[in-house]
Amino acid sequence: MSSPLTYSEDYIAGILRSVKTIAMVGASANQIRPSWFAMKYLQEKGFRIIPVNPAAKEEEILGEKVYASLADIPVPVDMVDIFRSSEAAGEIIDEVIRLKEKLCASVVWMQLTVINHEAAARAEAAGFKVVMDRCPKIEYGRLCGDIGFMGVNRRIIDNKRKPLGAGRGALSRNALGQGKGQL
Amino acid sequence: MSDYGFSTLSVHAGASPDPATGARATPIYQTTSYVFDSADHAAALFNLQTFGNIYTRIGNPTQAVLEERMAALEGGTAALAVASGHAAQMIIAHALMETGDDFVAARQLYGGSVNQFAHSFKKFGWTVHWADATDPESFRKALTPKTKAIFIESIANPGGIITDIRAVAGIAREAGIPLIVDNTLATPYLIRPFEHGADVVVHSMTKFLGGHGNSIGGVIIDGGSFNWSASRKFPTLSEPCASYHGMRLHETFGNMAFAIACRVLGLRDLGPAISPFNAFMILTGIETLPLRMARHCDNALKVAKWLKEHAAVDWVSYAGLADDPNYNRHRTYCPKGAGAVFTFGVKGGYDAGIALVDRVKLFSHLANVGDTRSLIIHPASTTHRQLSPEQLKAAGAGPEVVRLSIGIEDADDIIADLDQALRD
Repeated sequence: MSSPLTYSEDYIAGILRSVKTIAMVGASANQIRPSWFAMKYLQEKGFRIIPVNPAAKEEEILGEKVYASLADIPVPVDMVDIFRSSEAAGEIIDEVIRLKEKLCASVVWMQLTVINHEAAARAEAAGFKVVMDRCPKIEYGRLCGDIGFMGVNRRIIDNKRKPLGAGRGALSRNALGQGKGQL
Repeated sequence: MSDYGFSTLSVHAGASPDPATGARATPIYQTTSYVFDSADHAAALFNLQTFGNIYTRIGNPTQAVLEERMAALEGGTAALAVASGHAAQMIIAHALMETGDDFVAARQLYGGSVNQFAHSFKKFGWTVHWADATDPESFRKALTPKTKAIFIESIANPGGIITDIRAVAGIAREAGIPLIVDNTLATPYLIRPFEHGADVVVHSMTKFLGGHGNSIGGVIIDGGSFNWSASRKFPTLSEPCASYHGMRLHETFGNMAFAIACRVLGLRDLGPAISPFNAFMILTGIETLPLRMARHCDNALKVAKWLKEHAAVDWVSYAGLADDPNYNRHRTYCPKGAGAVFTFGVKGGYDAGIALVDRVKLFSHLANVGDTRSLIIHPASTTHRQLSPEQLKAAGAGPEVVRLSIGIEDADDIIADLDQALRD
């Protein structure tokens, strides 16, 4: 699964700092699915996650109403996060582009192993920021330091002491543009 | 961070000032356990749904800094540090193989690995098939439908063979199995196996990484390059995991799934955790790795050249010598140096070998490599003494063979010590 995709730290951190509400397509109520605990982790970090899944039997996942389609979401969202196959991502992205005005979204994010270069190009042409083959939970954990406990190569060097309390994982929303390692 | 050079990463990667105290050196977190914020937080940690510390058998903050540094130096996605290099190999095999599976390994390996693979692994139902490190095609010939990995050393101990990693990686890729490279003798300062097609790198950190002969440790680094779900060969990674409520590790953790699987299954259940103190010692050693390796290699080349001209020496096997059969691969794979461990043959055979190790005054006679100190051993009378004469020859440990691990002392003093010891 050699990933040729590279994104700068500023690009990923910039997205995660600016986004507040995320529509999660393919969200699951099954507690062993990656989407369930990505949703749970991101909720704990202060994001609002709106689950989208036409096949879901549950009315709610983790306290949020489940919608059958992106078009049904009644509130603006900043980002659409896609937990579907690379092929299925194409149609979803076309829908996101069609609904651009209504959703107000500016970011399309595809999960680990989800790669659709054609759809990504269409989204970028329509003015969206695009991320493929990444997980916002892992990226958030990597950038805020949580995931360092798992021996992960965060590709960050820190020379400043993190304030206590920010310790357990906050990605500062106003530190954007400061030096390397200050998150 | 890709902007930072190797020496900068050696000093800094993974380490930040301690949030509690501002301590700049990485503290030794000498604790077994970590409090949970709440029952909900505890449940999320145990279910791998959030990141954090639980218990030092699974992870420790001092260890985590060491892991991140090694992942950065090798250019991998994630790493797991464990109690020894042998423990690391055990955990890798446990993640890749089921009972009845096999793997192909170069027969020119560190003797301890030969024993572990041939005898102890056999008790788990894992079979090793041997190939020839100097002949990449021999790995292809040894493959079976049950083969789950190929294992090589980048620089073989003690023969000094530099393996054609790219050729073996190509064979592994065609077979749909990962290439595991033991990079102990090279260290990432000399060779970064992921750049040549390796999928997993393993080290005994006891050697040049720790570098001071004071702490045992091992590490597994995930290159993030292998697709564990492309076939059904690696159920530990691709299939629902019974001890995590059916979670699929590759699907969940993507390009760091192998390192996570090694931690949350192999380390959790087999138990060979590294102590926080050893993690600290090795981490401190790594800060000077580039300086030490450059000196080790410079000294080794000087000593090898000197020995080659010595009347009491029959032959010298060091890839840094221009007429050595490994010289071209040395120029390809590790132009900065050919390492600091090599063998030579002393005239006079077994008795001359024993006399040499008894007469040295600066070299230490012991069974390790990669220390700041220069080390010497006569394998036929020590590490390999249980072997028959035929086996000794096949293992590159004939009666005349002496192995050196050249330290970072003054080269003139190292040479003077050998000179006085080689005299009648």
